[in-house]
Amino acid sequence: MEQGAVKTPRAGGLKRRRRLTAWLFMVPLLVVNVLVILGPAVATVYFSFTEWSGIGPAEFVGLENYRDLLADESFWQAMWHNVVWTILFLTVPIAMGLLGAFLLSQIRRFQLFFRIAYFIPYVVASVVNCALWQNILDPERGIGSSLASIGFPFLDGVSFFGNTRLALPSVAFVNNWAWWGFILLLFLTALQSVDQELYDAAKIDGAGRWQQFLNVTLPGIRPTFIFVVLLTIINSLLVFDYVFIITRGGPAGASEVVGTLMWKEAFERFEAGYASAMGLGLSFISGVIVLVFIFLRRRGWEF
Amino acid sequence: MSAASGGRRRREPSKIPYYVILVILALFALGPLVVVVFNSLKTNAEIGRNPLGPPLSPVFQNFPDAWTQGDFSTTMVNSTILTLGTIIGVSVIAATGAYAMARLDLPGADAILLYLWVASAVPFQLFLVPLFFLWTNLELTNTRFGLILIYWAIFSPLATLLLRSYLVGLPRDFEDAARIDGANELQVLTRVVLPLSWPGLLTVALISGVGAWNEFFFAITFIQDNNLKPVTTSFLAFQSNFSQDWGLTSAAAIFIILPIAILFLFLQRRFISGITAGGLKG
Repeated sequence: MEQGAVKTPRAGGLKRRRRLTAWLFMVPLLVVNVLVILGPAVATVYFSFTEWSGIGPAEFVGLENYRDLLADESFWQAMWHNVVWTILFLTVPIAMGLLGAFLLSQIRRFQLFFRIAYFIPYVVASVVNCALWQNILDPERGIGSSLASIGFPFLDGVSFFGNTRLALPSVAFVNNWAWWGFILLLFLTALQSVDQELYDAAKIDGAGRWQQFLNVTLPGIRPTFIFVVLLTIINSLLVFDYVFIITRGGPAGASEVVGTLMWKEAFERFEAGYASAMGLGLSFISGVIVLVFIFLRRRGWEF
Repeated sequence: MSAASGGRRRREPSKIPYYVILVILALFALGPLVVVVFNSLKTNAEIGRNPLGPPLSPVFQNFPDAWTQGDFSTTMVNSTILTLGTIIGVSVIAATGAYAMARLDLPGADAILLYLWVASAVPFQLFLVPLFFLWTNLELTNTRFGLILIYWAIFSPLATLLLRSYLVGLPRDFEDAARIDGANELQVLTRVVLPLSWPGLLTVALISGVGAWNEFFFAITFIQDNNLKPVTTSFLAFQSNFSQDWGLTSAAAIFIILPIAILFLFLQRRFISGITAGGLKG
């Protein structure tokens, strides 16, 4: 009895000390995150309501930046390019990734070789990927002229990145080259966890390759598929590197996306308040998309 | 029995079309990289005659030329410092954070878990502008440390999540034994838990290291000083100066790829599985 009375405050102190230790261990993580992400993110909300060049005091202007944003044609053009980008990335790399992953899951020999081959472009720096495709797609010395010299002149002299109609899809093509292999490996990991007996059962029922794919493969990788779709939408809204490196949004805004437009507003035109509003608007849209996915999932929607 | 298996084999479709498509996809993935290697071994005159094919008379002069003209002796040091600084910092931050969440009954751990998920997917547009002007005021722009600090913040949420899920799966027996022997929590972490969780740590180091080495967006925004630029942003300037000299730019490109390629060769399977595990940060 007496011992218990002595023990209880001691245990409480121990528990408190343990909690204190836990928080001490969290200090590095919390400090850098608050300093770099959380604090500035909150500040973005404030600055989006101000007229601010980035230097000196910010003047509160209410909703003016948002009114300007809604009336800004270059913003809507850039937003449209993000939508086009999203559609391209929801189709081409996912189709290539699914196809490659399915075929790869059906073979045994050289599997590691193919996996490495498809994965390499994903880990090469974006600047390098852009440079090598700028060389290959060069109008004078690139693949167009090489094809012309062996009798296929249809691509000769085509300026993939300099033509207003081709610039955006061409940049997307380069980005996709570095991206689809990664999608493939995500699908492959999912496919390898699909029960092989289901395929055997489908074969016994006389299902062809296409029917096996539709009825066994796709349902088996549904969670990964949903994840990839979400990842694609978010990344497409935020795209920056490939556009900025290859065309800087040009020619004449033909490949401008919101990410590059916002960067220019902040660091070339010194409209930091306006850029904040743009950044917040973009983050808001991607946040809403994530929430919709979470909501549908909570409601038990069959994906 | 043998008749049954023979019948099954007959129905098994041939795998040759599979291999054909897989090889075409592999050529698409590797072809452009092969062209870079080819061009790095050609003179400009040969590239003019033969822009995409293999070199007919390989030369190696592009490599020393690109190294000096691209100032790689400076930028390689910068990138190495950025990468190692990121790896060490992220590992420490993730290890302590993950340990607190997995083992120390952190109050509010669920809220922090949610924050980490959000932070690992948060768009840079949300915090970029105030961050830049905060860094300007703190005189952290145009410093390697300022950039490393940003990398710590953007890579640590995912790293902590990965390491935490790894730690949750580890048995606690050794830790409890060490605690009974009078070790404090920091000693338990460094002497017992970390040696056991090296595969998780290696994944974290890989993701943050490759991420930092290849990073472009924050590097171009926060570092303008040529003496402090990493290889990525420095390469962009180099490429626009020598845009017609493909031999030189290809050799420079190889310098950037090489460290990652060597790492890849040594780690292979772990490299792929590690980076796909961290795929949330595309």
